[in-house]
Amino acid sequence: MNYWEIFKKGIFEMNPIFRLALSLCPALAVTSNVFNALGMGFVVMFVITANNIVVSLVRDYVNPKVRVPVFITIIATIVTLTQLILEGYFPEVNKELGLYLELVVVFAIILARAEVFAMKNTVVPSFFDGLGMGVGFAVAMVFIGAVRELLGPGTFLGYQVLPASYDGPLIMILAPGAFLVIGLMIGMFNVIGEHQAKQAELKRRAATAAGLVVQRSEA
Amino acid sequence: MSAEAKMEIGQLTVSASPHIRCDESISKIMWTVNATLAPAALFSVYRFGVKALVTMIICIVAAVVTEYLIQKWQNKPVTVSDGSAFLTGLLLAMNIPSTVPWYMPLFGSVVAIAVAKHTMGGLGYNIFNPALVGRAVLLASWPVAMTTWPEMASKVDGVTSATPLGILKLQGYEKLVSVFGDKMEMYKSLFIGTRSGSMGETSALLLILGGAYLIYRGYINWRVPVFMIGTVGVLTWALGGHAGLFSGDPILNMLSGGLILGAFYMATDMVTIPITNNGQIVFAIGAGCLTVLIRLLGGYPEGVCYAILLMNSVTPLIDRWLKPAKFGARR
Repeated sequence: MNYWEIFKKGIFEMNPIFRLALSLCPALAVTSNVFNALGMGFVVMFVITANNIVVSLVRDYVNPKVRVPVFITIIATIVTLTQLILEGYFPEVNKELGLYLELVVVFAIILARAEVFAMKNTVVPSFFDGLGMGVGFAVAMVFIGAVRELLGPGTFLGYQVLPASYDGPLIMILAPGAFLVIGLMIGMFNVIGEHQAKQAELKRRAATAAGLVVQRSEA
Repeated sequence: MSAEAKMEIGQLTVSASPHIRCDESISKIMWTVNATLAPAALFSVYRFGVKALVTMIICIVAAVVTEYLIQKWQNKPVTVSDGSAFLTGLLLAMNIPSTVPWYMPLFGSVVAIAVAKHTMGGLGYNIFNPALVGRAVLLASWPVAMTTWPEMASKVDGVTSATPLGILKLQGYEKLVSVFGDKMEMYKSLFIGTRSGSMGETSALLLILGGAYLIYRGYINWRVPVFMIGTVGVLTWALGGHAGLFSGDPILNMLSGGLILGAFYMATDMVTIPITNNGQIVFAIGAGCLTVLIRLLGGYPEGVCYAILLMNSVTPLIDRWLKPAKFGARR
């Protein structure tokens, strides 16, 4: 299997938040500004990739009946490691993410990739799958965070972008604003996805039609 | 064959049923509702000044333009002339204070039409009342500006005052009565509309007249406003007072806030409320109970907006629960 394809599908085609609609909790809770969204994006990217590697390594030794507790234990270990690293070297990020860092253990997307992909594949594809999903998640988080931070306080990564007199709607940095932004973005992704599917269908039809013409002229 | 008979045959048309149609249409109903709101709207312009007119125009224009652009963009038939977007804009304007800066009504109208109406599929598919969604979003976005009402009595710009319900919540009943002088003065002021508040919620009299005409025409069901306002009256009478049961002031509670506007114009929206009579009664009582709950125990002085939105969300359940039995069938 093509590693680039495996990596790429996590970013658009199967984007965790916009296409799979998994792990919406962090997408609501820690996207009120770009900084938090980016921090959470990197954390999840690391955890999901590391977890995929470990799971694909140990999958032959795990009894399928107890795989979920085993996966959760692995994820919890990785998250604890991440938390200690953040606490030691990036205390600011650690403080901002706070409780949500611990909640990474139960993010649906991480367990889902372990179940769906890493359990059935070898290390290298699992690594690219985890990385792709992680990047897709991080990109989606930053996307939501950027919209909310720009429209809410009018800043980007803490820098004032819009004029200081801008009186943004408070709702954008409240939870309902996150729901609105995510909903509209999922809608946008669906529109783009439909458009792409239609284009592909047209191309396929054109190809078969051309094939028929060739066949006829040959006959 | 006589010439007359020939002519008659020429006029025969072959068509599928239904053969008898009434002359009601969406645009006729919508424009009638708009027209019945006009007196209350004009009264608020008279009371609050040109600023109210400007806010109202921004709301309406933004709503109509947003609807036009979205329908153009989606290659749908453009239906801005049916008055429904106009009505959404007008209702939103009635729900906000006249003093808000220009971008707030603009934002509210765009959210109401684009998010609450067209992401659901347009007119007839929306789950929530668009104007109320617009107001709820505005209240969450700019809580201070949305709860700063102009003082009616003074003609000086920039003087603000609390609404009667705000005073009732924070300073108590006696203080509220003393503001107006005595009880009768208070009722009169609330009924005629010489008090502060959002643009459309001031004059109970004009709203009731407009609503009564709509009931007379059969566009709205009398059960909804009667049961909703009645529920609020009974519950606030029973539970609203400090001197034990049945010491509240139902008249004050029924006349103040956005209750009359909400009960006649928003809780009767054909799209977002149950279909059957019984369902509408359940809807109205539920909205009344939630309103009282928010007024008496909630953090906000007024809760009609959220009460109706919450009941909107259970409308499909009410419809399923109170589905009428087929003729001859046993339930």
